[in-house]
Parts: sequence; structure tokens; C-alpha cells
Amino acid sequence: MSGEFQQAALTLAGAQHFPAWLTDARAQGAAVWQGLAWPTRKTEAWRYTSLLPLENAQWQPAQARQLTDLSELVELDAYRLVFVNGHFAAHLSTECPAALVRFSEADSAQQALIREHLNQVADQQQHLFAALNSSWLQEGVLLHLGANQRLDKPVYLVQVSDQADAQAMNARVLVVLESGAEAELLEHFYSTEADDKGWMNATTECVVGANASLRHYRINLESEQSLHTGGVHVRLAQDARFNGFTLANGSRLKRLDYHIKHLGSGSDLQLNGIYLPRNQQRVDYHTQVEHCVPHCTTTEVFRGVIADSARAVFNGRIHIHPDAQKTLAEMSNRNLLTSDQAQVNTKPELEIYADDVRCAHGATVSQLNDEALFYLTSRGISEAEARVMLSFGFVNELVEGVALEPLQQWLRPRIAQMFGQNDQLTRHIIHD
Amino acid sequence: MLKINELCASVEDKAIIRQLSLDVGPGEIHAIMGPNGAGKSTLGNVLAGRPGYEPTAGSVTFKGLDLLDMDPEIRAREGLFLAFQYPVEIPGVSNMELLKAAVDARRSHAGLSELSAIDFMKMAREACKAVDLDQSFLKRGVNEGFSGGEKKRNEIMQMMLMEPSLCILDETDSGLDIDALQVVARGVNAMRAADRSFIVVTHYQRLLDYIVPDYVHVLANGRIVKSGDKSLALELEAKGYSWLEDEVA
Repeated sequence: MSGEFQQAALTLAGAQHFPAWLTDARAQGAAVWQGLAWPTRKTEAWRYTSLLPLENAQWQPAQARQLTDLSELVELDAYRLVFVNGHFAAHLSTECPAALVRFSEADSAQQALIREHLNQVADQQQHLFAALNSSWLQEGVLLHLGANQRLDKPVYLVQVSDQADAQAMNARVLVVLESGAEAELLEHFYSTEADDKGWMNATTECVVGANASLRHYRINLESEQSLHTGGVHVRLAQDARFNGFTLANGSRLKRLDYHIKHLGSGSDLQLNGIYLPRNQQRVDYHTQVEHCVPHCTTTEVFRGVIADSARAVFNGRIHIHPDAQKTLAEMSNRNLLTSDQAQVNTKPELEIYADDVRCAHGATVSQLNDEALFYLTSRGISEAEARVMLSFGFVNELVEGVALEPLQQWLRPRIAQMFGQNDQLTRHIIHD
Repeated sequence: MLKINELCASVEDKAIIRQLSLDVGPGEIHAIMGPNGAGKSTLGNVLAGRPGYEPTAGSVTFKGLDLLDMDPEIRAREGLFLAFQYPVEIPGVSNMELLKAAVDARRSHAGLSELSAIDFMKMAREACKAVDLDQSFLKRGVNEGFSGGEKKRNEIMQMMLMEPSLCILDETDSGLDIDALQVVARGVNAMRAADRSFIVVTHYQRLLDYIVPDYVHVLANGRIVKSGDKSLALELEAKGYSWLEDEVA
């Protein structure tokens, strides 16, 4: 029995034009979506995040819109594809190599590749919005690198949202790296207006082949009124490497799932994340890492600074299957609450079914350190600026870990401004 | 420079400083000695405005201004500097960031223009050199992973850059080996000036071999029980503190 909202969401799919070769993938997604029990507050994966903002709106398909202001883009020499309200904006995009193609432009070999991998990485039974994403498929982006290939520039995918009404958008990315290939991919989501009310449902699937390497960045800085349901799903073959970084503010609903499977021995995962909700915002990161084979490594570090009346959820799960001997896995989650009303629900979980592994996990929740505050003010720094410096300092290590230098430089002032709205409070961070 | 008049102060409702009076003139160095628990560190913290260190009676004027009425950052901008007994580690905030923010705050309070990044960098490098810290310390998190001696030298470096008019050294010598002690003392002596005063809080006489005070005060049970010149420090070193407590009793 599927609910009213599930039915309504599906009818949106019917209104879309789509390439005929995506029919099967759409039908498959729709079948799963319809068959899923709708989450309630008792559903563990949705315990602290309400879907009411989704259910309470009358969603329409998003309309294309002209956009000329590119000032919020990361200044990056990259192959760039820009979508505005889910619609491709050719005039804002760059020329792209054959390895990077939109689904609607895919040739028959690429279509075959997409059909081979689509829905194979994301577990739709477990990730309902990935199922919905499939049912809505009409466009997407494929990045495919053959054996030992690499691009001379990073790939930059931009999803801009700018909607006064409840309009729904779909974004789909498929990355296929064959053995020894290397790529760097930045996914950037943002709103042009503070009252953007769009709902973005974005699913990314990555197939990282033997000894291949993917650096992946996902930046979610949409408006407070917007909704986002998204996931990044990764399969790692033997000796494959996935280096992920994600940053999000909060909004009425923002749920981001990372689900990574170590399927070949010797694969390595590094995943760093920062969440910075403030005001009334909500943000919810759920990560799952599955070690299915021996000799793989995972290092996962998430930090959050939660301000005002915001609420954050971090649920990190590492699952070591019986065959995954010699696993090295570490997960750390630290939270800083900068107001009495701020809340976080953190739950790191380790599930271990192999006996020869080294695993560690930890979670902390703290407030601004009074000693550190006094130390800074005793040097003449105002308390307001000291708070900004300490909040930024809490996540600085992860910011400095962003290997894509132009992104790191772009992030610094934007993160600082989330802690202190005027330049006087942030300038010593920005000009560091 | 600083006039403390019958100051009383409490920590967690416990009276620690009891009717303490002290007059520090421009250019003077005052050493405050005393047994553990006498209130030495409390005095420094009350003067710097640490939350939880509550003045309950008396008055303190600093350069003619009511010190106790100011927030800690205003005291610092007016030129009061406390070198911490236990400098705080702040990972993620670089030394450089703190120093630039501190110096900018002090200068703009004084109506001076802010230093350019280049001029500031030059000053900071010189200060590093003066306290024998490698320049890489500027980029590191504030006191993060510093040894005890490095933390204390970092305090002196901050002091040099902020050019305060009143420096309070809170047991800066404790835990220092003789080499580090000499570096600290050299830094302090280089800063001596006719318009700059020092209050050196210490448990041991050793520091005063290197920073020679004009006055030595003995603090016991929250008040100054004896004052003298530098020879008093030697006497304390030889005889300990108990004879004073007996004398006062």
C-alpha cells in the first residue's frame, strides 16, 4: 500500500519527456518507490528527520529559467555542466570531452553503459529517494573514463535552483571509472534566491574500477526554504580509491546519504564531511560503509557546528562482513553546539562480523570552550569575533584537507560568513 | 599606571583576595611572590577579567580608568596583557590569525591604522626570532602540541607584538628549563621601557636573577604581607615562606 504522497510524486514523472531507452530504468524505480512502506517517525533511518515539508506541498515539475549571474560559481578551470532548475543551461556550460556526456546526448555505446550500471550501485530498496530518482529519469550526466584515462581538468557539475513555488527537480550522475582511471568531480548545489522553495532529488552512482581513483566533492548550499534529498553511492573494486568531501548548510529538509561498498581487496575510502546548520535549519547525514572483502581501509571524519535553533543528525554506520579480515576502519564525528537551543543526534555504529580487524569510532558533542574564549578576548579580540574564530577553527582542519585548491579558497569566506555575518568578524579568517 | 585599592575578589564564592592594595608606577617591575594558594594567580586573572573571578570590593584603576568596569578585550586594547600560566591550546585557529586579530584590535582602539599583511608578517617573524621560536609556529594552531617552554615563549611573543603598557606574567617561569627561562627573561628585558610596567608573579626566586625587580611583595592569604626590594626575594629563597606566615599570625 503506497501512500498519497508516493502516488502524487509518481504522477510528476508522467509529465516528463524522456529518451525511450530509459523506460526500463524508470519503470524499475517506480515499482520500487510504489512498493516501499512510507517512513514514519518509528522508521529508524528517518527517526529524527521529518518528511512533512515534502508531504505538505503540491509539487510541480520545475520550469526552465534564464540565469546570467554566475558570481556564485567556484572559480575553477574545469569541464562544467550547469543545470538551472534541473534544465540544462548550454550557454553557462563549457565544451566537454567525449568522456562527459548528458544522458540525452549519449551515443548507443554510452546508452548501453548507462543501462548496464544505472540502479546497480544505489540500493533502491534501502534508499527510497534513489528509487524515486530513477522513476523520474529524463536527464543525467555520465562521466566515463576508460582504462588508465584521466582528464586534464576537474569536472564541475552545477545545479542551480531558483523557484518561488514548490517545484521538484531531479539530478542524476553516473561515474564509471575503468581500471587505473582517475577523475576529480565537484557537484555543487545552490539557490540564487534566499526564498527558493525548490525540492532537489539528486542521486549519484560511482563505479570505481580496479586501481582507479575518484576525488569527489559535494557542496550543498541551498536556501533555507529549499528541500534536498540526495545520495552518493559508490562501489570500490580492488585497490580502488574514493576520496570524498561534503559540506552542507541546513534547510527545511536536507537529507544526504553516502553508501560505499568495498567490493575488492585493498580499496581505500576517505570521507570527510562538514555540516553547518543555523537558524531553524535541519540537516541529516546518513553514511554507510560496507567492508565486504579483506584488506580495505576507511577513514571517515564528520564535523558539525550547529547554531541557533538548528538541528543536525549524523548517523554513521560501518559494517564489517565476515570475509572482511584485516580491515582498518576509523570513524569520528565531532559536534559543536554554539547555542543553548542547538541540537544534534549523533549515532556512530560499528557492526563487526570478522575477528581480525582494527576499527574505532567516536562521537563528541561540545560547546564553545570558555577557556579558549577568554584567551582570545584577553588578546583584545571581541567576543563576537572570538566565537567566529573558534567555530571556524572547529572545522578548519577539514577545510584545509580539501585538495582542490580553488574550492578550498572559495569555501573559506563562505564558511566564515555562516558564523559571522559581517566582514569585521570574518576578515582575519578570510585573509589567513 | 595601576592602582589597586583594598581589592577583594572571590572565586566560586570563596574569598581569595582580601583587601589587597598595590601601586605600580610607569616603568616599574613588581615581583609578587608567595606560597601556593596565596592568591597570586587569582590576582592576575582578576586584573585581566577572567569570567568567574569576581571582584567583590575595592577598586582598580589602570591609566586612570576604572579597570574592573571593562570587558577583558577592552582591558587588552587599553594595554593590559596577561601571560597565562597555562596557555590554552586552540586547534584550528592559527597563531598568525590570533596575532593579526589581536594587533589590529589594539591598534584600531588606539586610533591607529591597521598594519598591512606584509608589515605585520615582518614584525611577527622578528618576534619569533626574539623568543627563539621557528617561524613555522606562526602557521600552527594556537599552542597546539607546543611543549611547555614553547607555550611560554609564545606568550612572550604575543606580548611583544601587542606592545602592552602593563604586562602581568603569571608564573611564566614555572616548568621552564634554564635555557627557556633565559629566553623569556631576555624578551621581557628587551621590552622594558619608561612607560611600560611589569607585574611578575612567581613562586621561585630564580626568575628574578634574570628579570630584576624594583619591588618584591609577598602575598599570603590574599593580601600583601611584606614588601621590599630585590633582597627580599633572596631572603625568601633562603628561609621559605613559613616564617612570614608566622610573623603575620
